[in-house]
Amino acid sequence: MVNPTKSYRNTFILLTITLVLIVLINISLGSVYIPLKQIFLSFFDGQVEKESWKDIILDYRLPKAITAIIVGSGLSISGLLMQTLFRNPLAGPFVLGISSGASLGVAILILGASFFGANITAYAFTNWGQAAAASIGAFLVLSAVMLAAIKVRNTMSILIIGLMFGSLTAAVISVLAYFSSANQLQQYLFWSFGSLGNLSWKEISALLVTFIIGISLVVFIIKPLNSLLLGENYAKSMGVNVKRTRNLTLISTSLLTGVITAFSGPIAFIGLAVPHLTKLLFSTSNHKILLPAVAISGAIIMLICDSIAQLPNSEYTLPINAITSLFGAPIIIWLLVRKRKINY
Amino acid sequence: MKTENTHIIKTTNLSIGYSSRKKVNTIASNLTIKLEKGNLVCLLGKNGIGKSTLLRTLTKVQPALKGEIFINNKNLNTLNNLDLSKSLSLVLTERLPESNLSVFELVALGRQPYTNWVGKLSTKDLQYINAAFKQTNTTHLMHSKYYELSDGQLQKILIARALAQNTDIIILDEPTAHLDIHHTIETFTLLKKLAKDFNKTIIVSTHEINLALQLANELWLMTPSNFISGKTEILISNNSVNTLFESDLISFNKTLKQFTINNS
Repeated sequence: MVNPTKSYRNTFILLTITLVLIVLINISLGSVYIPLKQIFLSFFDGQVEKESWKDIILDYRLPKAITAIIVGSGLSISGLLMQTLFRNPLAGPFVLGISSGASLGVAILILGASFFGANITAYAFTNWGQAAAASIGAFLVLSAVMLAAIKVRNTMSILIIGLMFGSLTAAVISVLAYFSSANQLQQYLFWSFGSLGNLSWKEISALLVTFIIGISLVVFIIKPLNSLLLGENYAKSMGVNVKRTRNLTLISTSLLTGVITAFSGPIAFIGLAVPHLTKLLFSTSNHKILLPAVAISGAIIMLICDSIAQLPNSEYTLPINAITSLFGAPIIIWLLVRKRKINY
Repeated sequence: MKTENTHIIKTTNLSIGYSSRKKVNTIASNLTIKLEKGNLVCLLGKNGIGKSTLLRTLTKVQPALKGEIFINNKNLNTLNNLDLSKSLSLVLTERLPESNLSVFELVALGRQPYTNWVGKLSTKDLQYINAAFKQTNTTHLMHSKYYELSDGQLQKILIARALAQNTDIIILDEPTAHLDIHHTIETFTLLKKLAKDFNKTIIVSTHEINLALQLANELWLMTPSNFISGKTEILISNNSVNTLFESDLISFNKTLKQFTINNS
């Protein structure tokens, strides 16, 4: 009996080791360099050379690393789901309006706060208020795109509709921005730069819980996603409830991307680029392999981007969004030029 | 009445077509089908006559306008996707979306109706998959990526996927549309063998009329005014086949069992 399903165990072990190493490197780099040995000591409550290092690690760098892992994994998984659902290699959270929806939600909250009165304004500058606004915005815009998707059934049109929703939200945001104060604008701009730091442990817990809920939903659609690789008609003929699969994909994607965008801002390109990189590395379309692979690769790449954004040994931190785009765009171009064809 | 029970596909007073809120567009009505197991059926008719609509209706992709369809004596309306996937599998004309699927993975997808919630293949599943590769003579392609295959090889792999699904009925929509004459004949011979040796009921819509006349046990003929189903020899001898095209260009030659060009 032959079962030529390739075993990817070694690749997974290698990826996991890389992830652990990158986490350690990420924590050790920053405005001050902290030796790896001291990181271990601080984890296991040993004597750390400088007391401030322990604080930096536990209160700032470790939460940031965990956020980076969740954000990287979540966005990459969302991208993979969208690419399979829409059978389009250019699909991702950004193209389908989730991020522009989240941006609109936050923009209305921050920039439009003065219209709603003082009750709202109090929430506008908290992470929680922004998270709620971003989630609602993301869910509404994605639902609108999906409703349109059911009507048109043509994947190309769906992407164009997603782009149109993006332009629409951008226009609304411009109008809001025009009537806003400099202070509000700055607040919104900072949110849109993206940021992995600044999250308290409480906020990270919220992020983590949503992440786990989103991922648990995804586990149930691994099998139908695989049959969708042959198109909806084949999937139906193999007993798949296509509508249910589509809805579950929609819910888990908007949960993951919505909440991530809410806490860390609209982070570009990870959702689009990581699935392609992973497919290249693993050369498979099987979601049972791809989902964990994409999750780990997403975390690794996000941590690398974050380490670069910290500009080690300097006082400055670059916006994470700029780094992911600087990294993501050339990779997509390189892939297209080199392979001439990207599979999804 | 004993034979009533052996019909694997039966329709009563079936009308097919499209309905929207504004109007009903009937494509064909009063379709009567009584098909027994183990037959190779060719569905013939000119372009746009409604062959695909009939196949879509039989496979529950679109609802019937009127009448009822019975698969294995069960009303199609009472079967859900999963039930149906265990008695009916498909080979479609549409291009597969691009992906990195290997040929093995593609054929293994045929086991989806039977596998657990993450799609783990059991020993039994592997047996069916390997058997499907053997029956279609494609075991050597197992490790390729499906996008590396030629059209002829891909068609066989898609048939293997349908076989792995282990259904009594396999429905193919113009499976030889992109194939050369060698691969066309190879495909039809394969289908004939599957019907004969493995008691599969195979329904093929096709424009390969001359091949259909030689290989099919039964024909379903669609003309603008009529739907005729019956044994191939009977439909040839009672001139039904000749009604397929209302054309001065070609006519049916009974002795050759072929359509030939009219000499003008």
